[in-house]
Order: sequence, then C-alpha cells, then structure tokens
Amino acid sequence: MNESSATPRSMDSGLRGMVGDWSSDQRAFKSAGWDKSMMWLFLLSDIFIFGIFLLGYMAARTSAVEPWPDTSSVFAMHMFGREVPLLLIAIMTFILISSSGTMALAVKYGYEKNRRMTAILLISTALLGATFVGMQAFEWTKLILEGVRPWANPFGAEQFGATFFMITGFHGTHVTIGVIFLLIMTGKVLRGSLEYERPGFMTKRRSRYGMIEVMGLYWHFVDLVWVFIFAFFYLW
Amino acid sequence: MSEHETQQHPLGVYFWVWGWLFVLSVGSYLTDVISMHDYLRWTLITLFMLVKAGLIMAVFMHLVWERFSLTIVIIAPPAVLLVALAIFAIESRYTISSRIQHFLG
Repeated sequence: MNESSATPRSMDSGLRGMVGDWSSDQRAFKSAGWDKSMMWLFLLSDIFIFGIFLLGYMAARTSAVEPWPDTSSVFAMHMFGREVPLLLIAIMTFILISSSGTMALAVKYGYEKNRRMTAILLISTALLGATFVGMQAFEWTKLILEGVRPWANPFGAEQFGATFFMITGFHGTHVTIGVIFLLIMTGKVLRGSLEYERPGFMTKRRSRYGMIEVMGLYWHFVDLVWVFIFAFFYLW
Repeated sequence: MSEHETQQHPLGVYFWVWGWLFVLSVGSYLTDVISMHDYLRWTLITLFMLVKAGLIMAVFMHLVWERFSLTIVIIAPPAVLLVALAIFAIESRYTISSRIQHFLG
C-alpha cells in the first residue's frame, strides 16, 4: 500500500464524496455506524408506508361522490364561548414539536455524557408523547361518539372515517411505541448503562450514547410524519 | 473512527429550529383560522409543511452533517412517490367521472 491510498478520495465531500464512499469496497455510510444506517433504512421503509397511506387518502378523497367533511368544523372545539377550529389538533401539533425539541437536546446532552440532563429531557419527551397519544384517544372517542366509523360517517363521505382511523391510528401506534422505548432508554441512562457501556439484555451489544441519537431519529420521524398528516389531512 | 463519531452542535441551533417550527406551525394553523381558500391556502400549507420537514430532517435528524452518500439514500427514493401521486391522481379523476356518470347521472 502506498501513501496516497491511505487518504482515500472517499473522504471528499458532496457528490464526489458519494461516488468515493459507494465505490470504496468498504462501508458506504462512513459518517454513520450500522445502528444509525439501519434505523435510517427502516425509516425509509416507513416513509413509503405513510406515503402510500396519504396517497390512498388522496385517491379516496378525490374520487368520493359525497362531499368531504369540513375538517375545520369536525375537529373544532367549543371554547371561550365559541367554536375554535382545529384547536385540539393545533395543541397536539405544538406538543409533538416540543417533544422533538426536547429529544434533540437529549441527544446533545447524551453526547456530552450529562446523565441527569439527558434523563430529564428523555422523560419530558416521553411525557409529551404520552400527552399526545392521550389527546388522540380523546379525539377518537369524540368522533366515535358522534358516529364516525371506518365504514360510516355522518358528516359526508364515508371514506373520511376509513382514512382518518387508519392514518391517525398508525401514527398513534408509532408514537406509543416511541414512548415505550423512550422510557426504556431513560432507565438505561439513569442506571449508567450507556456510560459504562454495559451490554444490552437482548443484543449483547455494548451500550453507547449514540443509541440516543438513533432513538431520536425514530422520534423525529414520528414528528415529521405528523407535519404531513397535519397539512394534508387536517388543513387541506 | 467514524464508528464512534458523535453529533455535537451548539445549543443555539436547536433552539433556533425549535422556534421556527413553532412559528411555521402557527402560520399553517392561521390559514385555517382566517379561512383562506383554494390555491393561496394550499400553496401556503405546502410551503410551511416542506420547510418544517426540511428543518426537522436537516437539523434535528442531523442530515446536514451526514455525508452525502447517506443523505441521498434517504432523500432520493421518496421522490418515486411523486410518480405514484401522478398515477393515483389520474386514476381517481377517472373513478370520480365514471361514478358520477353511472351512479348519479
């Protein structure tokens, strides 16, 4: 091996770097370990799942003969003596954004090996996520009591019920799973498993603070999906 | 080695993005509150949505700091969804026209 190959071209940036990385006969993703790469690959598949859901929703909505219900009034709440449009959904949006913020900070403090701050921020993220799911349960209950079903809808097109329960249900499941993993991760941080690199009970891989970043990717993705649901389903 | 690479960025970046996400969400909520309609509303909703998604992916998910070989794998494939969008749109337009013709006509 000569000296020039010791500094491979793959460490260039941009497009040239990409070609170098992919043709380097080694790992293609040099800025990410296997855990992060695999999480991104999983999220990519999830992007397609939610993408197809939203496309299916678009197809159902544009081909519905009956008028689509006015989401603004369906999701309105009676507050301050008048109907406030989409109030609950707006609050849910802000809660989820806040949880994304605390998650981002948890990753940062994790890499700084600040156990206390990381745990506080992780548990805040979990609490905000649980609040979101709680409000979603409240919203579902309200709609079900008003007679909305996956196969029926008193406000107009039946397809509204089907797409609403499927899309928000699938998203809510993601949030719930995220909350569970956040709580597990909080426990690991508090016990110092990450700091002392103890092996995980299932994979036996050594714990590292990078795990919080990978967990964070999942959580931000959940927020990301909500951005699209909020725009296409509630506001459109 | 990259296996142990970390992502450390100043606190201010996160708060800045956090703040903008709030502002943009208020913006898209306002399109409903002040009852904007049709193209103006759809344009604004889509614009705010894309900027929010971009901010989350770029900063919170650290994509601006990743190497291009990873970023392109995440950004490029979903573009295929736009093709599906076009196909679905054409298909559903046909469906609605035939439904109106045969069920309501």
